Amino acid sequence: MADYLLYRMAGAVLVIIGVVTVVFLLLHLVPGDPVEVMLGESARAADREALRQALGLDLPVWQQWWQYVIHLIHLDLGTSLHSKQAIVSLLAERFPATLQLAVASIMVAILLALPLGVFAAVRNKTSWDQAAMTFSMLGISIPNFWMGPLLILVFSVWLGWFPVSGNEGRASLVLPAMTLGTALAALLSRMIRASLLEVLNEDYIRAARARGLGDLTVTLRHGLRNAMLPVITVLGMQLGALLAGAVITETVFAWPGIGQLMIDAIQRRDYPVVQACVLVISLAYVAVNLLTDLAYAALDPRVRLDS
Amino acid sequence: MRRFSLPAIIILVWGLIALIGPVLPLDPNRIELAKILGAPEWQAWLGYDDLGRSIGQRLIMGAHTSFLVASGVVMVSFLSGTLLGMLGAWFGGPWDKGLVSIIDIFIAFPGILLAIALAGLLGPGLMNAVVALAVTGWVGFARLARAQTLSMKHRDHVEAARALGSGTVTIVSRHLLPLILAPLIIEATFAIAGVVIAEASLSFLGLGVQPPGASWGSMIRDGTRYMLVAPHMVLAPGLAIFLVVIAINLLGDRLRDAMDIKEISANRE
Repeated sequence: MADYLLYRMAGAVLVIIGVVTVVFLLLHLVPGDPVEVMLGESARAADREALRQALGLDLPVWQQWWQYVIHLIHLDLGTSLHSKQAIVSLLAERFPATLQLAVASIMVAILLALPLGVFAAVRNKTSWDQAAMTFSMLGISIPNFWMGPLLILVFSVWLGWFPVSGNEGRASLVLPAMTLGTALAALLSRMIRASLLEVLNEDYIRAARARGLGDLTVTLRHGLRNAMLPVITVLGMQLGALLAGAVITETVFAWPGIGQLMIDAIQRRDYPVVQACVLVISLAYVAVNLLTDLAYAALDPRVRLDS
Repeated sequence: MRRFSLPAIIILVWGLIALIGPVLPLDPNRIELAKILGAPEWQAWLGYDDLGRSIGQRLIMGAHTSFLVASGVVMVSFLSGTLLGMLGAWFGGPWDKGLVSIIDIFIAFPGILLAIALAGLLGPGLMNAVVALAVTGWVGFARLARAQTLSMKHRDHVEAARALGSGTVTIVSRHLLPLILAPLIIEATFAIAGVVIAEASLSFLGLGVQPPGASWGSMIRDGTRYMLVAPHMVLAPGLAIFLVVIAINLLGDRLRDAMDIKEISANRE
């Protein structure tokens, strides 16, 4: 286990260094002079020089990279060009909203996908199964930026149950969480169904049935528990799709999270903020995947012994 | 006549409209002030948008955009990803290690986040969106091509070809590529659906097509501001994306079942 832990941690550190480097290089992709793009053409030469120095753009690239990394280690992400605030405090302000949205969406997804997937597997090859999988196909094919407006149209405009957008208490969370949650539920229910179908053919399921246990006990306690392992990995990986989807969903619902901060920053050409948002979301994703892998290895000895 | 199933028909119509759209006598930018936000009627049975332009005609332009972007991006990603993946697996050693670490770094950026950032920093515009999607799109193909090549490179017929003195190019292109093509084609099918959604997402965020050009994503973006008075502005382009994407996904599923390939899961977005 210690070997696996070390191996997996080392890999994660390399990936994190790579991610930081790519995010650092993003600024150098801006066509032309990034300082000019950020300040506009009418800026005074002195202001330009000041910004160039503040961003370290007057140094050789490898020194800039090194500075970026050193600042990062001290949790210094620079200041926003637009609001002149420290970017770290901007992120800290927005992070809870995104976290809240992500957790709520995962809950919606699990609540929908678990019964759907289990039901489809147990009633395999019946019209129940087909209906569940049709729902899943619909969910996979409806993009977030259409699902969101559709939900607003039905539940806010016509029925008036929830606020259209913004963050005005619990009710505002419902529609964005449903938008992200149903998309995730669609994929998850497919996974649960496939995984459970495979497990239900195992010998230990037959053994459990032979012992005279009821259908429900066999399916849930002996089947689902074992089927959940691969599903948890997929859930970890899909969290990435969820976070990227959150950028769009937050824009649809004007939900004040990191995604909206990023899109606003792109429109204001506030590039250091854009970089910081990409970095935070990606690092959160890497961390979650590392944790799911480790949890998986702790739960299932087959994984850690293989590698 | 199973060949002409509904999904296949939808995709054919999409491609056909996309290709002949620019030649049709359309005027998607014509403004009719009297018809601003107009509901569907006989001349324009999808109604008018916030500037009084025909939504039906703009949908056709949007089909053109999404089809060109999707086929271009997938083609470039397919070719570059497959080439890199196969070469990495074939030569092994430091090349392969380097490729694997680059792939690992790219997939550490969730979903289309990197494409959003790239398109945002390169500046709004369709060409930059295409670049952003291609830069992030090759990874899936490279990963698959690499894994497939690794599992095939020690097959007997490859060893035989090598023993007979065939060169690398011949072995890779004639003895390996045909074997790994099937899963790659299925990956490409799902990738088209992914790029259609991704292009629309970027345009929805204002990073893709710029006005007066039309994309289904930018049409939804315009429509969300008028949802109270003109819901048809959001419904029509959304339905178009949905139909194309579900048709491709269904076709991909069917293709996968027909070729009996397990590894690829549906559309990972």
